[in-house]
Amino acid sequence: MTSLPSESTPKKLGLVIDLDVCVGCHACVISCKEWNTGGYGAALSDQDPYGGAVSGTFLNRVHSYEVVPEGGEVVGERGEARIVHFPKSCLHCEDAPCVTVCPTGASYKRADDGIVLVEEDMCIGCGLCAWACPYGAREMDLSAGVMKKCTLCIDRIYNETIPEIDRVPSCVRTCPTNARHFGDLADPGSDVSKMVAARGGFDLMPEQGTRPVNKYLPPRPRRNLASSAPVQVEDTSGARGLLAWVDSMLDRI
Amino acid sequence: MHPALSIIVFTTASGLGYGLAAVLGLGLLDPLSWSTKIAHVLALLLIGGGLISSTLHLGNPQRAWRALSQWRTSWLSREGVMALVTFVPLTLNAFSVIFLDRHLIWAGLAGTVLAAVTVYCTAMIYASLKAIDAWHTPLTPASYLLFSGAGGALAASLFAASGTGPWAGLAIAGMLLLVAAWAVKLAWRNRLQRRPRSTPETATGLGAIGKVRLFEPPHINDNYLTSEMGFRIARKHASKLFRIAFAAGLVAPLILAFIALFLPAGGAMVLLALAVLAFGAGVMVERWLFFAEARHAVMNYY
Repeated sequence: MTSLPSESTPKKLGLVIDLDVCVGCHACVISCKEWNTGGYGAALSDQDPYGGAVSGTFLNRVHSYEVVPEGGEVVGERGEARIVHFPKSCLHCEDAPCVTVCPTGASYKRADDGIVLVEEDMCIGCGLCAWACPYGAREMDLSAGVMKKCTLCIDRIYNETIPEIDRVPSCVRTCPTNARHFGDLADPGSDVSKMVAARGGFDLMPEQGTRPVNKYLPPRPRRNLASSAPVQVEDTSGARGLLAWVDSMLDRI
Repeated sequence: MHPALSIIVFTTASGLGYGLAAVLGLGLLDPLSWSTKIAHVLALLLIGGGLISSTLHLGNPQRAWRALSQWRTSWLSREGVMALVTFVPLTLNAFSVIFLDRHLIWAGLAGTVLAAVTVYCTAMIYASLKAIDAWHTPLTPASYLLFSGAGGALAASLFAASGTGPWAGLAIAGMLLLVAAWAVKLAWRNRLQRRPRSTPETATGLGAIGKVRLFEPPHINDNYLTSEMGFRIARKHASKLFRIAFAAGLVAPLILAFIALFLPAGGAMVLLALAVLAFGAGVMVERWLFFAEARHAVMNYY
């Protein structure tokens, strides 16, 4: 049913993405594709996979942005511009516009944990939900003719046949820098909620009125290298015996 | 937005068809005349052809029947339901006019009202999408309804002139609706100049740091999002095309219909036919621009 849950869902499972930490390696993109092409629903197809016009369905993508402060200069490495790597997947919005426009009832938001899913057997592939989403979180699979989107790895997070440490979305599990975190954002005591509170986590395009569950943590302010405390010369006066001799010889040369 | 031919044909053809059906439903045309019977068939063909065209872009059209289920929330579903419901009085009245030489007043009026509701639902599919600033305005359904009515009145005046009924009133109504439709359209197009609701800064949330520019896209080639939502048209071509749409869709039919008022039925028929053709061509271009000029919020990420 494409009506949204009438009350706020008791759990709001989602991701918190730390833009300060992400290095833009795209490991989450590949891990997501790998897990989800063999998991829930139709495979994530590629078109012309070995040709020049290759394209394919992905549920998670990483953009990289250059952000220039007001009046800032872009001069090679000494400029004031900074690069921010920006992973983007479905935000599992509380007021998900993609759900209500669905004519068939294929799109729905789960009343218990807030995950937005597509029942692929009911999807006619009209593409209206992708039009309704301001974030570009939904991509039509051109081979299966059905809409694909992030499932928050529903086949991992509740999967009791895999080790507990793996019961998080594939992108979160694979991130080598811990830039992605999974948890319940309805619970103020959860790690993700604390992170959002401490770091000033924000919504993407709040003006669209979608009330996303996923939050982003801003990059920390950049510090000037020169203003950092200089590296102290180490004190070696406590050295004895052979190490004291090596120390004094190395000082001499 | 990518201007898909199937959708442009659908909205143009069914818009004209519903407009014609709505005017026929008022019972102003002589049901004994052959031209009126042809008009009823043509309206149904335009509507049916448009609806079939609209299913061509589906990934799984065999499941299209499911689209009738979610009328509580989805304008697309409402449109599907209303299209089917509208067929009932339209077909009843068409059958009666064609085979029994009799206009059914209640079926006719029901057809008129339901045709307008269906066109409104079609327009609301677009107008309800907040992610597309250009469409998210009451001016969108207003222009769809007026274009539909103008086309319907013009086409009806053509069939009336071809038959025996009085047609000048219909032609004048068509001209008035035409002017109203384009007035709304101009206001709609002026909205495109407004500051967009979302920007790369709000899309990334990085506006607090500074101006945001895409440094490296997530993919080198086009993907579904960029080919569906990322259609770009050069401003100079857009304004040229809009002038073409304006000339064909407003100026030409207005002049032709005006001259037709002073001619006998035979000459008027030819001019009104040309007016309807010009109007159809103009609306096709207008609908193409409706998609091509609309910018989707997701493009703030690209």
